[in-house]
Amino acid sequence: MKNWQKYIGLFLPLLAVAALVIWPTITGKAATRESVFTILKAIALVSSLNILLGYTGYVSFGHIVFFGFGGYLGFYLLSARDWPLWIAILLGGLGSGLLAFLLGKAILRLRGAYFALATIGVNEAMRAFINKFEPFGGPTGMTLNFKVYQAYGGAAKALEMCFYIVAALAFLAIILSYIVRTSKFGLGLLAIRENEDAAEVMGVVAPDAKTWAYVLSAIIPGMIGAVFFFKNGNVEPPDAFPLHASIELLVMVMLGGQGTVLGPILGAFAYQGMRGYLVTSPLFKNIQLSVAGALLLLIVLFIPLGAVGWLRQRATVLRRVLT
Amino acid sequence: MTVLLSVQGVTKRFGGLQALTQVTFDLPEGQILGLIGPNGAGKTTLFNAINGAYPPEEGRITFRDKDVTKAKPYNLARMGMARTHQIVQPLNELTARENVMVGACFGREHQSLGRAGRIADEVLEFVGLAPRAGQLASSLNVAQKKRLEMARALAAHPFLLLLDEVLAGLNSSEIAAMVQTVLKIRSQGVTIIMIEHVMKAVMNISDRIIVLDYGQQIAEGTPAEIAKDPRVIEAYLGDPKLAQRLMREA
Repeated sequence: MKNWQKYIGLFLPLLAVAALVIWPTITGKAATRESVFTILKAIALVSSLNILLGYTGYVSFGHIVFFGFGGYLGFYLLSARDWPLWIAILLGGLGSGLLAFLLGKAILRLRGAYFALATIGVNEAMRAFINKFEPFGGPTGMTLNFKVYQAYGGAAKALEMCFYIVAALAFLAIILSYIVRTSKFGLGLLAIRENEDAAEVMGVVAPDAKTWAYVLSAIIPGMIGAVFFFKNGNVEPPDAFPLHASIELLVMVMLGGQGTVLGPILGAFAYQGMRGYLVTSPLFKNIQLSVAGALLLLIVLFIPLGAVGWLRQRATVLRRVLT
Repeated sequence: MTVLLSVQGVTKRFGGLQALTQVTFDLPEGQILGLIGPNGAGKTTLFNAINGAYPPEEGRITFRDKDVTKAKPYNLARMGMARTHQIVQPLNELTARENVMVGACFGREHQSLGRAGRIADEVLEFVGLAPRAGQLASSLNVAQKKRLEMARALAAHPFLLLLDEVLAGLNSSEIAAMVQTVLKIRSQGVTIIMIEHVMKAVMNISDRIIVLDYGQQIAEGTPAEIAKDPRVIEAYLGDPKLAQRLMREA
């Protein structure tokens, strides 16, 4: 394979995201920055989820639990402990990674629909637990003292900073996804996705590989959660563990094409664009989730491989380029 | 001669079904052991017990002087045991080359991706699948999928190769080619156990044969001894006297 072709799979997504980041800087509008923030957040989340869903073939219906847990942990460190933001983000990510490690040991032995159901259970159990957990504020959650933002040059500056942190995390998620996809570890994950028993017979230590895939898919969502709730200024259980957001993540991954680096990014972009239109349209604003559900149904029925998978299937040239 | 694999009193039950009863044998390095028996005799179950897919309830299995009775398939793969499946198990959405690379990457030698790629090319050439290397495994036909199974197992450069009916479903020229392949593998120093229904092939290439019937080891010996054994003839044809009469008449 020619050298430049080898890296196109990485540079194409990175360039697309770089263009996204620059866009609000050019237009200079705060509203544009907000919508791009949402897209970047989605890109970071779906690229992470893709490691588990797309590469390993395990459907996580409750992936938002890592976003919520990391967010809560980071928020607690920021508000109750006055720790700096970067440590809160880091520990939010590590906390979610650790949670995934422990959960993985317990539920990754389940396969197919049973695993998917267990992940929903985990999300709901976590929400119920946080709801009763007083150090994290119980059902009313926590609110950030406005003074915290002073350390970052005021609220406006802090908001701008959050935008760039999320952008950096989106880049990180894509690079991580690419590294996993093209590594030996990733080949083991693909083998598990295709046939777990056969993979084990060939020597893939499936229990370990799956656990690490789960951990890798949880760290960046945890970090995103910490940034998101710092920017938000408060955190409550329903905001941190919304089950419908998990399903939206699945829709984005499936729409763009699971198991490819580029697919979920395109899916996130397209879905967030559509969602932005739907929530502002008077006709659809109350039923935008139904549209997401219908979309998922259509994808599963007609393009189960997603947009990028569909393209790859049709042209062998693209198969080499679109990793 | 050193013993590569030792199976001692292996017993496996599925609920009320006694799938294997006290199976015992030693396999010296470098031999081809044929495993034959009627359908449902427990041949594949024995493979599953040996490679850790279904650990036995009783008995002991030693591979390269280590007790592997309770070992997992991936442990055994790393120790140098590889197998093919009777019902082919291709990694459908990966190319043939990637399928074989999995074997090289995670098997005994634990190769890097780059080395695994080169090994995959060699092994695909060896089994005659080189022109299909870039195709998705799902697009191969059954004979090619059987060869792919073989290539994946070989890519690990195993000490012991378990072949589960690699000849089934092949036509006679394909069988001849596959038999040559198996003999070439043995000449590279790989020890082989093969389950086979194609009698002519298994009689020709095995050094020794074990016959299973209803999970019992009813006979063991050289191909010539097995062909004359009345218990074997009975297991296959029902009545030994009838069998002998049929043979005389033939």
